[in-house]
Amino acid sequence: MTFNSLLKALPESLAKLDPRHVFRSPVIFVVWVGSILTTALAVVNPSVFTISVTIWLWLTVLFANVAEAVAEGRGKAQAASLRATRTETVARRLTRTGAEEQVPGTDLRVGDRVVVEAGELIPGDGDVIEGVASVDESAITGESAPVIRESGGDRSAVTGGTTVLSDRIVVQVTTKPGESFIDRMIALVEGAERQKTPNEIALTILLTTLTIVFLVTVLALQPFAAYSGKEQPVVVLVALLVCLIPTTIGALLSAIGIAGMDRLVQRNVLAMSGRAVEAAGDVSTLLLDKTGTITLGNRRATEFCALPGTRTLELARASYAASLADRTPEGRSIVELATTNHGVEDLTSETTMESAGAEFVKFTAQTRMSGVDYPSGAQIRKGAASAVTAWVRESGGTVPAGTMAIADGIAGEGATPLVVAERVGSSPAQVLGVIRLKDVVKPGMVERFDTLRAMGIRTVMITGDNRLTAQSIAREAGVDDFLAEATPEDKMRLIGEEQSGGRLVAMTGDGTNDAPALAKADVGVAMNTGTSAAKEAGNMVDLDSDPTKLIEIVAIGKQLLITRGALTTFSIANDVAKYFAIIPAMFVGVFPGLKALNIMGLHSPESAMLSAVIFNALIIIALIPLALRGVRYTPSGAAAMLRRNLLVYGVGGIVAPFIGIKLIDLVVSLLPGMS
Amino acid sequence: MSFTRQSVAALRMLIVLTVLLGIGYPAVVWGVGRVAFHDQAAGSVVRVDGKVVGSSLLGQDFTAADVFHSRPSASSYSGDTSGGSNLAASDPAQVKAIADRQAALVKDGDLPADGLAAPDALTASASGLDPDISPAYAMDQAPRVARASGLSETVVTKLVTEHTSGRVLGFLGEPRVNVLDLNLALAAARI
Amino acid sequence: MSETLSGLLTLTVLLGLLAATHAPLGGWMARVFTDDKDWRVERAVYRAVGVNPRSEQTWRSYAVSVTAFSLVSIVVLWAMIVLQKHLPFAQGTSGMGRSTAINTAVSFVTNTNWQSYAGEVGTGPLVQTLGLTIQNFASAAVGIAVAIVIIRGLARQQTHELGNFWVDLVRCITRILLPLAAIAAVVLMAAGVIQNLAEPMTIHSLAGADQQLRGGLVASQEAIKELGTNGGGYFNANSAHPFENPNAFTNLLEIFLLLVIPFALPRTYGIMVGDRRQGWTLLGLAGALWGLSVALTTWAEVAASSGVAGSMEGKEQRFGTWASTLFAASTTGTSTGAVNSLHESYSPLGGGVILTNMALGEIGPGGTGSGLYGIVIVAIITVFIAGLMVGRTPELLGKHIGRREITYAALYTVVTPTLVLAGAGASLAMSGPKSTMLSHGPHGLTEVLYAYASAANNNGSAFAGLGADNPWYNLTLTVAMFVGRFAPMILVVALAGSLVAQKKRPATAGTMPTHTPLFLGLLIGVALIITGLTYFPALSLGPIAEALS
Repeated sequence: MTFNSLLKALPESLAKLDPRHVFRSPVIFVVWVGSILTTALAVVNPSVFTISVTIWLWLTVLFANVAEAVAEGRGKAQAASLRATRTETVARRLTRTGAEEQVPGTDLRVGDRVVVEAGELIPGDGDVIEGVASVDESAITGESAPVIRESGGDRSAVTGGTTVLSDRIVVQVTTKPGESFIDRMIALVEGAERQKTPNEIALTILLTTLTIVFLVTVLALQPFAAYSGKEQPVVVLVALLVCLIPTTIGALLSAIGIAGMDRLVQRNVLAMSGRAVEAAGDVSTLLLDKTGTITLGNRRATEFCALPGTRTLELARASYAASLADRTPEGRSIVELATTNHGVEDLTSETTMESAGAEFVKFTAQTRMSGVDYPSGAQIRKGAASAVTAWVRESGGTVPAGTMAIADGIAGEGATPLVVAERVGSSPAQVLGVIRLKDVVKPGMVERFDTLRAMGIRTVMITGDNRLTAQSIAREAGVDDFLAEATPEDKMRLIGEEQSGGRLVAMTGDGTNDAPALAKADVGVAMNTGTSAAKEAGNMVDLDSDPTKLIEIVAIGKQLLITRGALTTFSIANDVAKYFAIIPAMFVGVFPGLKALNIMGLHSPESAMLSAVIFNALIIIALIPLALRGVRYTPSGAAAMLRRNLLVYGVGGIVAPFIGIKLIDLVVSLLPGMS
Repeated sequence: MSFTRQSVAALRMLIVLTVLLGIGYPAVVWGVGRVAFHDQAAGSVVRVDGKVVGSSLLGQDFTAADVFHSRPSASSYSGDTSGGSNLAASDPAQVKAIADRQAALVKDGDLPADGLAAPDALTASASGLDPDISPAYAMDQAPRVARASGLSETVVTKLVTEHTSGRVLGFLGEPRVNVLDLNLALAAARI
Repeated sequence: MSETLSGLLTLTVLLGLLAATHAPLGGWMARVFTDDKDWRVERAVYRAVGVNPRSEQTWRSYAVSVTAFSLVSIVVLWAMIVLQKHLPFAQGTSGMGRSTAINTAVSFVTNTNWQSYAGEVGTGPLVQTLGLTIQNFASAAVGIAVAIVIIRGLARQQTHELGNFWVDLVRCITRILLPLAAIAAVVLMAAGVIQNLAEPMTIHSLAGADQQLRGGLVASQEAIKELGTNGGGYFNANSAHPFENPNAFTNLLEIFLLLVIPFALPRTYGIMVGDRRQGWTLLGLAGALWGLSVALTTWAEVAASSGVAGSMEGKEQRFGTWASTLFAASTTGTSTGAVNSLHESYSPLGGGVILTNMALGEIGPGGTGSGLYGIVIVAIITVFIAGLMVGRTPELLGKHIGRREITYAALYTVVTPTLVLAGAGASLAMSGPKSTMLSHGPHGLTEVLYAYASAANNNGSAFAGLGADNPWYNLTLTVAMFVGRFAPMILVVALAGSLVAQKKRPATAGTMPTHTPLFLGLLIGVALIITGLTYFPALSLGPIAEALS
């Protein structure tokens, strides 16, 4: 938080002095009423003390508004950049007869079909019903690499405002104008739709009752004071009340909530409700998809399985050549395996081969193969068994019976077979062998799961693999449990079991068949690449489509709750010192013995009270950065976390104001009228 | 169940409890008392020549010079409404009462002019019926009692020692002298 | 043996007795409230009353039963007090005024046992035994029943059934209170407490003056008065009266009786929620607060005893300072309110500590049942504030503390401070109520504050110099006692209703542990800070100002 952002928030903060707004936070509302009261008193009967207190009471309210405005300001900046993408588009709508007509994007209705071609903006959210295209979604994800969108399957959803880079697709619109994904995102980050979350409401109730208790305390103090022969000026009572009620947390509560959502947005996660963010903190079971979350999305080559009659070295060489231009981790791993394990020397590089006239064939979604064509006419292909065998047969070749046996064997272990075939001249192509691609657990996963376990979170790996494979990967990764050969029904059942045991479940998903499970899970994070059904069902969307982020989401949820608890504790603990400042100041005149309670040695009764009020206001400003950033969070067990936070915010909350009020008093005592 | 039906049940319950707890329970305890602890249950009554002269549990307002005095009492040991002064030490009335009592002790000869009185001699008890005084207060009174009663101080002091009870079971409460018992013994010694 | 050694030995023996009875009594009470069989005498009672002991109640139904039983009790007791002049065994008592009678009826039904009448004057043996003794049992049993309800709320899950009030009430009496009271009554009687029906007799005492010797069924009343943390004395001087508390042995026994159930209930809690360590934590809070107040009160009074007149004003010679302060700290810590010494004559600090004991909401260890549910409320508030700091929404024993739960718990904490501060503030602002005060200055403020703290927290002890037997105090204190008893009770039952419907979340490493010393420290901190913050201004003008002047 810079001084600039504070300054920018100022006009908004002043606007928030509107009673209708202030009333939303009962604690701050009490301060607001108190400010009005002291203002009237300052007008009727001005004194340095009354005026100073009045000014600082107004500042207390203002600072509370600043906190909220700054938090909202950060969201607004993001909303503005999103809004920029929501330019007026012209849609090419297909009429019933199949003809095209030009309509403004805002006129589109659910069910309309539109054509989008390379270079055009997609006019609204929808599903691809025809064609395949690469789409630039950087407008919403910030990720520049294009993604593939195709009809059918789990990658059919497109978002309005994104740009088609290649090919032509037909999109069926699924949302009304103004309710598109981008519109909702804007609303979310702007906080326009922000509603208090359940825990926030509960905390507000507690803070309100504390406020009532202190109101009673202060109201009852007046007859006590009068009885003791020292009736108190109203301005002093108001000052005491404001110092006692939990203004610090009352002022920062909504900022903490907004900032929590904002932290998710910064990590490209959109939470559809604050409730989901809170639930993330409570999650005790994580369902993690194996691929992409626990293992690297791309597998690594571990073995060349040559067919009888082919030497392994020959297969390794062919694989090497076919993979040279393949920049995927899988391709790299094949090159690496060939060089290190099979002595295929790095004789040729991609460039030397190209300069020799070799042409590399890239992987496409249609062919599902890649390889190389030599100028001599020789061709090498590697790819999915079905694709390569089809290519071999097409060239008139036969596929040896052993091929599928090896491939199926590899698949049976949970690894992936890649078949390699070669065609020399015009003779039919022949299969050389199979590359075994195996899952590799991401580095650092074991440690992460250990941490999660220490936090009391159980991890369950979900995979379509068979039991044996799943078990070996689960053991290697260190997850607590696994669900093998998982069907969507299995997932639902698992979620149900966990929930009936009282556990909160988080999961990620992208496919339409994940939708019911996403809806059932307490935290369902849909991948942005997924279908719109999945996105509708989940309560969060990850724009990066990174399933690993579930772990970060849990951390953000926890951090939000910790920040709330820490500042509440701090706020209440502060009261101890304020009492020691104010009470002796109020009554030392009638009971001189009470000066023993003035342990801070404050200058005068007036300066003591004013210093407490000033501290009370300044602490809000001082804690805004903490509220926005969230308190430091290191994943660990509850007991350790409690001990640390209690020490910092509980004990710190008792000690800090003693120092702060004393320092302020040193300055305030220099004011005239503070004898 | 509605509030009315619950109230009917409540009334019935109260009647049942009245029989069980209001009649049965005290009656059984009373019966045990009659059989096993008659003296205690009846109030530890002290008789002289068959005539009730008090209870060993209740203090009396001894004022004569030739007997031991009890502690000051807010109710003059009348026995109708028990209770104490409720005065705080800082209360002017209490300050005055203490000074008056101190002066009275000096006047009676229980205390030298600048003597330090036993705390119980200067203060009223909670019940106003405290049967006991501290051994120190009893000893302070011994010379005066001896003078007034014509007994030798040795005899009186010996009586005090004999009637000083230690702490119950050796550790509970305070050592004390039961004034009624002591004065009865004193009377017996004078005959 | 020095006074200090004697005092410490007394404390040690008391702790030994409490330790020895903690597990057996706590376990027994857990059995009583989970047993599925009825005793024959209980079945007879259920038949006579017309309730089905096997039917379970929802929180609403339970709350209705509690309220109905208590209201009927108040009406019946009030009628009995008003009519006693016309009933047998009046023994010439002059009875009570109308406002005094209302005050007394509410006082005994709410387990407060504040007495604005003098026992010798206001009540004859009939009202004492048929009216007050029964309420001594019943009000204690109602408190325990509500404590059991909140335990069930935490222990059971996904149901609306919280037990049956009538069964809990009857079992508490037949299986816990009555047997213990009967044994205690006989022991007290053997040690000198009276139990007779003699008419008051005026004798010519040895001292030569007239003295009234009174009788009464005192032993049976005294036993349940302490055991049920009631505290209403048969005589005006309460447990300072030699007929109620004749020696240091009965004194120790009475202190033990008033502590034994409140200190055993955490065990019952631990057993019923299925984790004894949870009970230890609650016991830790109760024990720490009690220990702290015993230490401070004793220290204050011993320090005061070095003054000119010592600290024996309002104390009995047979007890001395230590046994008096032990009683005072225990009686105010348990909502009993019986006294064996006059609290108003305590030193400013000593009086301030026992006042704070009540202001804390009677949780150290608190009254029978009410102490336990008060502690559970503190635990819920603690869990709510601190629980967030472990990064989860708050929960206690797997039960989520959400909007409804925190509303009930927070309102609970508002009730008594409001009653106390509003009542004391109003009294001090008006000349009428001020005129019946005994003391002036800060001590006078404490006197009035004490009265409302005592009433609203259902303690019943007094800074007895206050002339409270007038309509203002009788009626406002009645309101304080009534609201201070039943508003929290209904909130607790409602809270139990909301907890019992929930599913339990399993405890994981991410759950805030509620059985560790750290959590215990937190509990103590929250109890002291929340209360300290509420009462500090008032206390600073009362005991603190007095102590520092």
